[in-house]
Amino acid sequence: MIETLVQGLLLGGLYTLFALGQSLMFGVMRLTNTAQGDFIILAAFAAIGGIALTGGAPGLVALAVLPLAFGFGYALQRYVLNGTLGKDPLPSLVVTFGLSIVIQNLLLEVFSADPRAIEIGGLATQGVEVGDALSLGVLPLVVLAVAVAATAALQWLFAHTALGRSFRAVSDDREIAELMGLDARKVYALATAIAFVLIAIAGVLQGMRTTVSPSDGPLLLLFAFEAVIIGGMGSFWGTLAGAMILGLTQQIGFRLDPGWGIWFGHIVFLAVLVLRPQGLFPKTKG
Amino acid sequence: MGNDIAMTNPAFDVARGNRASHTALAIGAALVLLAASLPWWGESSWMREFVEIACYFIFAMMWNLLAGYGGMVSIGQQAFFGFGGYVMLMLGNFAGVNPFVAIPLGAFAAALVAVPVSFVAFRLSGGYFAIGTWVIAEVFRLSFANVSAVGGGSGTTLTALRGIEKATRESVTYWMALACVVAAIALVYLFLRSKRGLALLAIRDNEVAAESQGVPVQRMKLAVYVVAAFGAGLAGALYFVGNLRISPDAAFSVNWSAFAIFMVVIGGIGRIEGPLVGALIFWALNKFLSDYGTWYLLGLGLLAIVVTLFFKQGLWGYAQQRWGWSLFPTQRKLVRPDA
Repeated sequence: MIETLVQGLLLGGLYTLFALGQSLMFGVMRLTNTAQGDFIILAAFAAIGGIALTGGAPGLVALAVLPLAFGFGYALQRYVLNGTLGKDPLPSLVVTFGLSIVIQNLLLEVFSADPRAIEIGGLATQGVEVGDALSLGVLPLVVLAVAVAATAALQWLFAHTALGRSFRAVSDDREIAELMGLDARKVYALATAIAFVLIAIAGVLQGMRTTVSPSDGPLLLLFAFEAVIIGGMGSFWGTLAGAMILGLTQQIGFRLDPGWGIWFGHIVFLAVLVLRPQGLFPKTKG
Repeated sequence: MGNDIAMTNPAFDVARGNRASHTALAIGAALVLLAASLPWWGESSWMREFVEIACYFIFAMMWNLLAGYGGMVSIGQQAFFGFGGYVMLMLGNFAGVNPFVAIPLGAFAAALVAVPVSFVAFRLSGGYFAIGTWVIAEVFRLSFANVSAVGGGSGTTLTALRGIEKATRESVTYWMALACVVAAIALVYLFLRSKRGLALLAIRDNEVAAESQGVPVQRMKLAVYVVAAFGAGLAGALYFVGNLRISPDAAFSVNWSAFAIFMVVIGGIGRIEGPLVGALIFWALNKFLSDYGTWYLLGLGLLAIVVTLFFKQGLWGYAQQRWGWSLFPTQRKLVRPDA
């Protein structure tokens, strides 16, 4: 039983990383990125491709993916997604959904449908003994630590830096923020750039932890979305809590019956939606 | 009832139809009659192709009603598509209902299940509604994948049609598809021209303003959601009568919504001609380019992005703005009687 709970929390750590980028983009510009999961997979494949091309150490290549993701996110928001923002949700949904199809088929063309992983040798299987009955993988523990650190860093960025202030300002009222001299288009671009660094971290760790294949994206998007909604908008600790709840319920569900694990997670999400539509720890509205 | 405005202001008449729309109606009726005789002179592969594209078209038409007129952008309409298909199959295989009769019953079942589903889905709006409905569709998929009576994850076959001769089965399926297409267009057209349609347009343009004018926003949204679910269920039931085999992955695939979005966005959202044009383009692309597999889908995704960014009204919307074309006029135009 304890093992199930601990595994659930470790899974929640991974889901936190899937969800933080989504939470950031939701929070700052009310943008629903339906290609979130596909970008995570794209980052993993970028690392896999980079290792194959350069023959470099997996850790170094993975680190090199992060600034690339930052630049990519900035350009994507600045030159494509900014044009889709507005009261009507359709343009941004169609564009990100189109991107999702493009990424999936591009990866399929380049890498084929076979599942692949980022080879990191023994680290992937190493474990530490806790007590007599419990053995925890080192990598899942690292993922959890990164997730908590990333959540804390984001929360700090929002609360204590000038950039965080401008994020909150354009989120609360774009027009007033622009009157105060902020360029909302650039602020949005920076928010997406940071979200894409988080997406890249999530993708690289997912690729190390298990295998990835081009069609994995949509499921990751749904998990990320559920974590954000369960936790409540605008709160990163809320997103972390939502991811933990999702990881725990899925793990308990898998334990009861392997066929119903993910179903169980979806149901808990829908139940939260009915009973507490604002999420468990909401901060911003709308 | 369209004359209310004219009555209060006698200087104007309210015009609905135009010459193009009357011609279109006549040509359309002739085409339907011609199409109805196809089983006597056409090939059976044409009929199969028509049934398939008819399902895509009806599904896209209903997605257009939901998103283009109701303002509810959903990525989860495949929930009702698959549900309609499964109900049709279960009625046929287990209850002994003739599958052709079970097609409308499957659609009604989808409309019925949409009522409790809306209770959950309507908690979200905008982009969140889109992904929320996708989660709901996944719940449908996983639920049916765990029911062993309908073959679980690998699906099952529609055995109820076994006794019927192949030629008869194909012709009847074809006629059903043709009837469903005509009914779907008529349903949406009449709905939009009615008083409710006007209320719906008001909601789409400004929800708060519509509410303040006495439009029952929540009730209208529910009505649209249920009608769209009915149509999606109809398309699903029809598709699996034509296909004879159902599986959760095929029935509840997100690709159904993806293709509907592409068709509607490329053709032109919020106009009846949109999905019609979109379905024709989709059919042509599919026929000539689908051999290219991944590249074809990649191009379709790119096309949707480009159209959204640069032709927000879609291809038909562009034509309508440029040349004033309108085959299914739903708007009311004020004209001076002497003009």
